[in-house]
Amino acid sequence: MSSYKTQIIAEPGKQEIFIIREFDAPRELVYRAFSEAELIANWMGPKDLKTKIEKLDNRSHGSWRFIHTRRDGFEFAFNGTIHEVCAPERIIRTFEFEGLPEKGHVSLEFLTLEALPDNRTKITIHAIFKTLMDRDGMIQSDMERGVQEGHERLDEILKTLK
Amino acid sequence: MKRDIFQAIADPTRRAIISLIMVQAMTPNALAEKFDSSRQAVSKHIKILQESGLVKSEQIGREIYYQVEAKKLKEIDKWLEPFRQLWEDRFDNLDKYLAKIQKEKSKQKS
Repeated sequence: MSSYKTQIIAEPGKQEIFIIREFDAPRELVYRAFSEAELIANWMGPKDLKTKIEKLDNRSHGSWRFIHTRRDGFEFAFNGTIHEVCAPERIIRTFEFEGLPEKGHVSLEFLTLEALPDNRTKITIHAIFKTLMDRDGMIQSDMERGVQEGHERLDEILKTLK
Repeated sequence: MKRDIFQAIADPTRRAIISLIMVQAMTPNALAEKFDSSRQAVSKHIKILQESGLVKSEQIGREIYYQVEAKKLKEIDKWLEPFRQLWEDRFDNLDKYLAKIQKEKSKQKS
């Protein structure tokens, strides 16, 4: 298991989130894992959802759409526009969850990849939301899913103890 | 009145107050001296922090001392924890995947 910690910075009262993590792989490879559909589908998870990359036109002014399918068949879709691609160091894109009752709750994401010594790569996802409520809602919605996963993990551990 | 802890720490002055009294308990006077804003403004911030439960006061002799309620601070951390876990899981997947494709690549070379 990796020793790298995922750092999440979500300061109270600010409309932004930072997600920061290092990887033991060269930047070109990490970049591919974030920009090529076949590769993304392999790790994006969460593990109780099936991820389908419906569209990923990874170039400046391209667009993307991902669909997560739950075990019961329920679908969550997300889409956005790719503002700028600067391989292998930066992708700027918009992000919108289609399941919201109202349109227009779009966030702007900056994905930055920094090459580190020994073929390591540091990635920073900086997401900026329209309102504080949008940001906190995003954290909460992922939170519910995270909690669910946590329970499943607990179930698995309990099973092994039996 | 009970106040939401996230509302309480949304303000930069209130966050500064928390960092100060985390190091050591402080009197209202000592705290007010650390800020450019009026004594009144600072005490208003302290009141909001007390109502959220993040800050408690203790009377020692003639002085009141403010200190941080550590249990409440932990609640803030808990809020983010599942979100962090989600990304942690996702990135652990990516770690494994990156290791796998790097291995395959070096095999192809040899």
